[in-house]
Amino acid sequence: MRETFSTDDLQPAAGGGLLHRRVLLKAGLILASAGAAQPALAAAGKKPAVESDLAHPSWTREPGQPFTNYGLPSKHEAAVMRSVGANHDVPGNGVSWTPLESLEGILTPAGLHFERHHNGVPAIDPAQHRLVIHGLVKQPLMFTVESLLRYPMTSHLIFVECGGNSNAGWHQEPIQRPVGSFHGLVSCSEWTGVPLSILLDEAGLDPKALWAVAEGADAMLMNVSIPVEKLMKDCIVALYQNGERIRPENGYPLRLIAPGWEGVLNVKWLRRIQLTDQPVMARNETAKYTELLPSGRSRMFTFVVDAKSLLTSPSCGQSLSGPSVYELKGLAWSGRGRIAMVEVSADGGASWTRAQLQDPVLPRCFTRFRAAWKWDGQPAVLKSRATDETGYVQPERAALVAERGRHGYFHYNAIVSWGVDAEGKVSHVYA
Amino acid sequence: MSMRDALLAAGFVFGGAVCALSAEAPKLGIPISPADVAAWDISVFPDGRGLPPGNGTARQGRALFDAQCARCHGAGGRGGTAEELAGSTSPLNGPDPDKTIGTYWPYATTVFDMTRRSMPMHAPGSLSNDEAYAVTAYLLFANKIIAEDFEINRESLPLVKMPNRDGFDRIDAP
Repeated sequence: MRETFSTDDLQPAAGGGLLHRRVLLKAGLILASAGAAQPALAAAGKKPAVESDLAHPSWTREPGQPFTNYGLPSKHEAAVMRSVGANHDVPGNGVSWTPLESLEGILTPAGLHFERHHNGVPAIDPAQHRLVIHGLVKQPLMFTVESLLRYPMTSHLIFVECGGNSNAGWHQEPIQRPVGSFHGLVSCSEWTGVPLSILLDEAGLDPKALWAVAEGADAMLMNVSIPVEKLMKDCIVALYQNGERIRPENGYPLRLIAPGWEGVLNVKWLRRIQLTDQPVMARNETAKYTELLPSGRSRMFTFVVDAKSLLTSPSCGQSLSGPSVYELKGLAWSGRGRIAMVEVSADGGASWTRAQLQDPVLPRCFTRFRAAWKWDGQPAVLKSRATDETGYVQPERAALVAERGRHGYFHYNAIVSWGVDAEGKVSHVYA
Repeated sequence: MSMRDALLAAGFVFGGAVCALSAEAPKLGIPISPADVAAWDISVFPDGRGLPPGNGTARQGRALFDAQCARCHGAGGRGGTAEELAGSTSPLNGPDPDKTIGTYWPYATTVFDMTRRSMPMHAPGSLSNDEAYAVTAYLLFANKIIAEDFEINRESLPLVKMPNRDGFDRIDAP
């Protein structure tokens, strides 16, 4: 039986009206949520075109639609989509963002997984696609897609995050965009495929093979170098995403998955793995995906995704409908392992309290967190701060900028601050 | 052994370490000969391994660049919608650092590889080796790294030392 709610639970756990996380486990407390978009609020107050009997709506009095071979979201959810940012001269070079503000739980629908393409989505015929493993191996091998489907498989329920995600955080002024269009180059899926160690063992690794160059079959022939140690430890050649074959924009028919490492290493449309004694120094590990520091030196091979969290509700562009108890909810993740703790603050970081982590809490996977906040109608600044199981603590923006400057572009993982004004409007602030 | 028993015996761990299933693997890789591998292998390493025969100079590359690259990269490699390739006006340790081939890219071989592999984006892979060498030479010349008539080929390219060659620190790899 669930505990019931008592007025004691409304005693603050931290400044600014944050309540103890036990509140969320009890019945009887009704949580308000931030209004997402203008259309939703407008729709709530608007009369439908035809008055209907709510107890006997038309769809209960006539047969429904027949079966479908592949289901699609409700037409009423058509506004939930990726936002696209691409080069108008080269429409296949750009990104699309996962609408984090519109999603719940920890899994990203495949059709809303973020995209980063350098020159479009290749139209690959799986019957003609091959994976070649060569270089410092005893026997170079070629695999058909059909043959890879016959290997033993394993799954990773993990996030993939682009190294360039959240890069607007380096800007002088806080960008005002929905959280997904700022931080949404990260998504979380179940990836299923063949452990790469099996394929490398089959080819027979030369002891001198310390690196591998992975190459995709897109129009850029995108390639990067990855240490063999990582490939042997936990990388897979993924063929399935969330139970179905990988979507074209996510790497069909197969992609590399490198758990916890930045997105560019998870090479889509994988077609070649060359074992070598050194990195190839491709464009995407030298000119890009390296971080310039104020000293003029740069960080290179910054593979691991550091711990990060953000509030998806309330978040930038949303509105609170008046003083009430609100549910704060968000996502946390770390490339180093499990999220150990997420703390939230409603007073700009002066005081913190622990958020409730929703099960499951898996390594290198999205972790959903929730907290209860009693808003009194005064301006407030909301933050979340992740700590992972290695003890790494997500840094404040000022600390990250002090360490890295503002021109590194990649690997921005600072604490995200949302300002709430007296009218309840939520904006992005640096605080 | 059933699949379930096989998985249990092999220590299948969902969401954790990759299971050790090698013993069960069917070994369906098709051996390929070095000659067949050569058709796939376009990697170019900093020491020049993988560079093909051919050559070009900046003088030859300029016309190619103007015709095929300038629309996106701008005249002289600057001012277009694509990334800036040349013409840096401020240093990497200044308040508004300018990352170009000349100021930032550590290896000249990367310029050739990217050009041959991916460019131009409307017709990737369409440049001959000579043309890719010529465009590479032009970009190195536009960044004041080589002279206009310096011939770039498989021997000379790896010897071109880029200004930022030693400007990187490796974080998560040796």
